[in-house]
Amino acid sequence: MNRSHRLGLAPMAALAATSMLLAACGGTSSSNGALQASAPGVTAKTITIGSTQPLTGIAAPGYDEIAPASNAYFQYVNAHGGVYGRKITYKYLNDQYNSSITTTDVRQLILQDHVFAIFNGLGTPTHLAVAPFINAEKVPDLFVASGCACWNATSSWPQTFGWQINYIREGKILGKYIATHFQDKKIAYFYQDDEFGLDGVKGLDYEIPAAQVVAKEPYNVAAANPAAEVGTLAAALKASGAQVVVTFAVPAFMALLRLSELGLSYNPTIVSSSVGSDPQTLAGLLNSFAKQSGSFGTTLIQGIVTDSYLPSLGSNDSWIQLFTKIHNQYIPSLPLDGNVLYGMAVGYTFVQALFKAGRNPTRQDLVGAVNAGLPQGVSVAPYAYSSGDHDGITGAFMAEVENGVITALGPVQVTDSSAGGAVNTDSTAQPPAPTNGIP
Amino acid sequence: MTLARHAGIAIVAGVVLLALSSKLDSFRQYQLAQVAATVIAVAGLTVLIGISGQLSVGHGAFMFIGGYATALIVMHLKWPLVAAIVASAFVAGVAGAIMGVAAARLRGPYLAGATLMLAVALPAVAFQWQTAFGGDQGLDFTVTTPGFLGASFQLTEWDAWVCCVCALIVLVMLANLLRSRVGRNWRALRDNDTAAALAGLNVGQLRVRAFIVSAACAGVSGSLLAVTMLNVTPGAFTLALSIQLLTAVVLGGLGSLAGAIWGGIILVLVPPFLTNTAASHGFSAGSASVPIVGYGLVLIVVMLVFPAGIQGGIRRLFGLAGPTAAGHVSAIGRRWQFAWKPAGGRSAAGNPAGYGTAGDQIAAREAAGKNGVTEEGTP
Repeated sequence: MNRSHRLGLAPMAALAATSMLLAACGGTSSSNGALQASAPGVTAKTITIGSTQPLTGIAAPGYDEIAPASNAYFQYVNAHGGVYGRKITYKYLNDQYNSSITTTDVRQLILQDHVFAIFNGLGTPTHLAVAPFINAEKVPDLFVASGCACWNATSSWPQTFGWQINYIREGKILGKYIATHFQDKKIAYFYQDDEFGLDGVKGLDYEIPAAQVVAKEPYNVAAANPAAEVGTLAAALKASGAQVVVTFAVPAFMALLRLSELGLSYNPTIVSSSVGSDPQTLAGLLNSFAKQSGSFGTTLIQGIVTDSYLPSLGSNDSWIQLFTKIHNQYIPSLPLDGNVLYGMAVGYTFVQALFKAGRNPTRQDLVGAVNAGLPQGVSVAPYAYSSGDHDGITGAFMAEVENGVITALGPVQVTDSSAGGAVNTDSTAQPPAPTNGIP
Repeated sequence: MTLARHAGIAIVAGVVLLALSSKLDSFRQYQLAQVAATVIAVAGLTVLIGISGQLSVGHGAFMFIGGYATALIVMHLKWPLVAAIVASAFVAGVAGAIMGVAAARLRGPYLAGATLMLAVALPAVAFQWQTAFGGDQGLDFTVTTPGFLGASFQLTEWDAWVCCVCALIVLVMLANLLRSRVGRNWRALRDNDTAAALAGLNVGQLRVRAFIVSAACAGVSGSLLAVTMLNVTPGAFTLALSIQLLTAVVLGGLGSLAGAIWGGIILVLVPPFLTNTAASHGFSAGSASVPIVGYGLVLIVVMLVFPAGIQGGIRRLFGLAGPTAAGHVSAIGRRWQFAWKPAGGRSAAGNPAGYGTAGDQIAAREAAGKNGVTEEGTP
């Protein structure tokens, strides 16, 4: 699932950073002392954190569930003792996916509301607009809701950390599967013409032999007439004779692609990035675009090959049980879909970091805690976090959409973002959710 | 004399703002800078709409030009800030001249459509040439405080100073312009362009000039907003921004520079105020549209209570209703066929010829007299 739109551009020029060493020695707070106001946003009773989210506007459908889901998890933690007794207050502002509003919102959160940290700011272009400011203010910028590889810029942005698997890694894992399972097939790419799609294509190209790729069709997410744009591209894909179409596309464009293909009687195997493959979101969009109801959408996404870095909804997994319980208690009005799962999972990771930062944490303690690495929890693969690496989840498993749910096709694969780095099977089992649901 | 009076008011306002800005926290300084920058665009637009009688629904496009010009100049040419701002005004003014030439032939809904197209089309430029304009992510640049202020001086306070000073300079220049021959000609043109042409005014040229002035103001505004945010993105200059500017002009008081100040304040401060109020009253998840609804209510209430905008309302409340203020409103009301009643002062009712109020007729006569009949009129 995607969370973010990831349009974006490469990171900025590097600066020297000296704070990393200091950060790495974090966790210096006393282990048993009284709770004190130890940093901006941290009082003896509360920890206030902030975020910018698209609650209305073009990116809102689906993504507007993420922050309420994170908040539901925080409320659950608050109701079960909080973090060392402190309750988390989560203030998320609506930036409408407009980076000029993000700019103002983040200034309000940091300069006026004095939040302890920025958490899960959503979107590549929106967050790129504020990352320099957040870092200049030395505010922790944890777990950006975007898979841009650009968040891993430890020297220029030492406070910023990614979370979800980045698009290059995802491209490599999908590419390895394609190279192995569709050896004699003609392959085509359908991708968003920005950092999201381009990073994904980079990863795909690392693994898929160039001779097999017969077409590369980028779409413009800001196209005036998306349906016409996708229609033209789908015709080009069909004309190329591709038997497998690999997509790095947001759900709306995935849905348009499937409908265009249906119109052309073109039925290739679809391999999709996790961004565009959440079954609930996709089936709902298909029904709504085609003015259909019932199983129309579900039928059209049957058999899509994809990847996932979180446990599958609908499975018997302990994490899914935990999050279903919290969902039913705190946000029953929202659908239990990939966006809600994402919001709770990233909330869990943040609480992990808060506990690790100590009883009376400073901002530097929080950054130091993540720099020192976080234990694997809610994700199927370990985190990359270290003082020299601010990437998050390092792997995913290949899966297939079957009857509206994601079904695993194989074991978890882990890799790095480099051209030569191998894609390996990760045999360590994911730890189960803690019984009380608190890290 | 007028110049001295306007400059005096501006200097007093400048000193007050300077003293005020050092007392504010950094976020308030940032907001002050944003208000000042926005006021410039609103003032420019109010001159275009309220004084010269031309509608622009696409003024965000000129802000886009100003913002990107500043970013590119600072990044690549490394010019000092003031030079970058002036250059941005110039570039936006040139764009305004081009638009103005087209606009001079169009009226009413056709003009609105043409300017609307500009606002819709221009941000696509940033996607078309991604290497130069950075696509969706836009361009980031840095601005530093001048050395003589010391290393600990806050960038937000410096931004507030720069924006306020620019706003005051622009307002003084506009105020003088409006009281000059050009301003009177614009009014004559607005009230009845046929009469203005018969009186010897070059209608087409006047319209282009109004567009140039207005676009240059928008350019300065876009430039300053870029400086306060340290980036420019196409998302900052959407069609919604253009419409909001229009709203601010009408809310503040059409054709009034003081009204532009009100409009700028409302545009920048009311939405976050409503968001925070909504949040502190327990609206959060799932109620993201509460502030939007609130903003809509503010617009409706202001328009019902003060049909001549906030500045018109203040004039009425304090009995300051000057003939020009009321005259503007009634004349523009007819021009755009807005269904409001004149706010006070002299009404246009009982003036079947539609030549505007007495004040406007005087303006037209004055303009014609000063220009003489030798100037070419537009056929």
